[in-house]
Amino acid sequence: MTVLKSREAILALAILVLLAVIASRFPAFVTPGNLAGVLTDTSPLILLALGQMAVILTKCIDLSVAANLALCGMVAALLDGMGVPLPLILLAAIGLGACLGAVNGLLVWKLGIPSIVVTLGTMTIYRGAIFLLTGGAWINAHQMSEGFKAFPRAVIAGLPVMAWLAVLIVAGFALLVLRTPLGRAFYAVGGNPHAAVYTGISVGRTQFAAFVLAGALAGLTGYLWVARYAVAYVDIAGGFELDVVAACVIGGIAIAGGAGSVAGAVMGALFLGIIKNALPVVGISPFWQMAISGSAILIAIAFNARGRRDPGRIILKRAEHRT
Amino acid sequence: MSILTKALTTAAMATALIAGSAQAEDMRIALVVKALGIGFFEAANKGAQEAAEELGDVEIIYTGPTDTTAEGQIEVINSLIAQKVDAIAVSANDTDALVPTLKKAMQRGITVISWDSGVAAEGRQMHLSPSSAPLIGNMIIKLAADNLPEGGEVAVLSATTTSTNQNTWIEEMNKVAGNYPDVKVVGTVYGDDLADKSYREAQGLMQTYPDLKAIIAPTSVGIVAAAQAVTDAGKIGEVNVTGLGLPSEMAGHVKSGASKSFAIWNPIDLGYSATMIAYHLAKGDATAEPGATIPMGRMGEATLDDNTEAAMADPFVYDESNVDEFSSIF
Repeated sequence: MTVLKSREAILALAILVLLAVIASRFPAFVTPGNLAGVLTDTSPLILLALGQMAVILTKCIDLSVAANLALCGMVAALLDGMGVPLPLILLAAIGLGACLGAVNGLLVWKLGIPSIVVTLGTMTIYRGAIFLLTGGAWINAHQMSEGFKAFPRAVIAGLPVMAWLAVLIVAGFALLVLRTPLGRAFYAVGGNPHAAVYTGISVGRTQFAAFVLAGALAGLTGYLWVARYAVAYVDIAGGFELDVVAACVIGGIAIAGGAGSVAGAVMGALFLGIIKNALPVVGISPFWQMAISGSAILIAIAFNARGRRDPGRIILKRAEHRT
Repeated sequence: MSILTKALTTAAMATALIAGSAQAEDMRIALVVKALGIGFFEAANKGAQEAAEELGDVEIIYTGPTDTTAEGQIEVINSLIAQKVDAIAVSANDTDALVPTLKKAMQRGITVISWDSGVAAEGRQMHLSPSSAPLIGNMIIKLAADNLPEGGEVAVLSATTTSTNQNTWIEEMNKVAGNYPDVKVVGTVYGDDLADKSYREAQGLMQTYPDLKAIIAPTSVGIVAAAQAVTDAGKIGEVNVTGLGLPSEMAGHVKSGASKSFAIWNPIDLGYSATMIAYHLAKGDATAEPGATIPMGRMGEATLDDNTEAAMADPFVYDESNVDEFSSIF
């Protein structure tokens, strides 16, 4: 019974039911090959959801991840055009992403501006920076080197590198969250900031670290995104930040901070990814698709709210029955 | 007495000079573009020069502001009025803002037409669009049909469900679909002009319709994403991607074979036709009124509709043979 009550178990069950429903309408969707394709396609969402999870755990939110992704992706494509070798491009994308995340983090930490306002601003600035870099021009498939495009697609043991990267980073992230002081600090800061201060954790510094982490992941994803779709322009991944937040919410990351698991975030992302990949093949009118995605999010949040409706902590046991 | 003589002589001299210079001078047609340094308009200028050479007695003044603002264009047009050019052909940065200045030009006897991006009807004598919705609708299905001698299933990948342009083109396409009986349009999906969603929708189309022969994407984001999806699915040669795109964005996919051909307006033809029309209007051997036809040299004739607008031609088809030449232009 306790197993069924755990959020992750419910989500896993929901994913299985979803797959069964899709399979009844389009059996080819659940073939291993196609599911591997879905995992690959969902990798960017998983990576960003992990970063966003760290930020949300610390009572913040990062709306600039998609713009960060787009800027880093564009810079990666530009570097490739200059003939920079791929390992350096990867480092540059991750480094730039971390720096952009650090800008968010510093503004939140040192100036104490609410993160939603900071990242709303930097989101626009980062998009604008892409326009300044390129003048609005596109970088297209034939302008990218073969190696640049081939890396995320290279297949190792049945899965493309892009999916393997997601798997590795999920494992690393789980270790970070569960086994390191920084990971525990994310929960402490979000759960009870005052208590965290008393235990010697700097709230601002922890939030800063979360933003840098989210930024670095967005930078890496930027390269993967541009290489996968073989095109870079100002508006890539437009509106993707909302998908990322939705994945976290569906995954049970408490928007007020302090609660949530890596497994939840990953499954939240997978849930959205499966819906996104299934809608085109199950033959549902495109006019309904957005409504269906939205309903899935609402239902998940309703579950969240029900799960959290605690009876309240009873402080005076003896006083409980008197009233 | 001597003063009067002098004055008269001067006046006579001046008249003679003005008349003389008018005789010797070529007709001057100003091609005003949205901004200088944009490949698309440089190409239009190339077409205008071609028209000038063909006509012989025409000088093209290629000009425009340095950034795409209506204010910049107003300054440029004012100076053209001061230079007393014979005709102005403008691709406007704003439909309404240029109207007063262009009216002033027309009052001074200058022929004013707009092309590519139009101005309101009272600010010009006629407008030349690169193409029209029925022509585009016909072209996109023709592109698919031309590469399917035996016919087969095709699907449309559009932008958003509410994009006016795409919806109009697809509607026009469906009207003429009967002319291509072997081509079966099996469905329309929407990629929302997002690379990732368009890619996923294209993948979905290939899964849903295993016999799919072509994807028609009348949107520049969609056509690139669909071509990449076909490439990644290893279906080059089986599924042909076509529609509307830009040569610079599609060059790689045409070379890989994912797209055999696609269409978009040809800026060279557009500059050429605008110059031809401006020439004939300024010379007075054609008038800009509803129903009139104006010759455009090698591009045929422009027929004006009730709003004195005309469509130049079918969208220009780009394939392996010419995509490289144009990919450096736009």
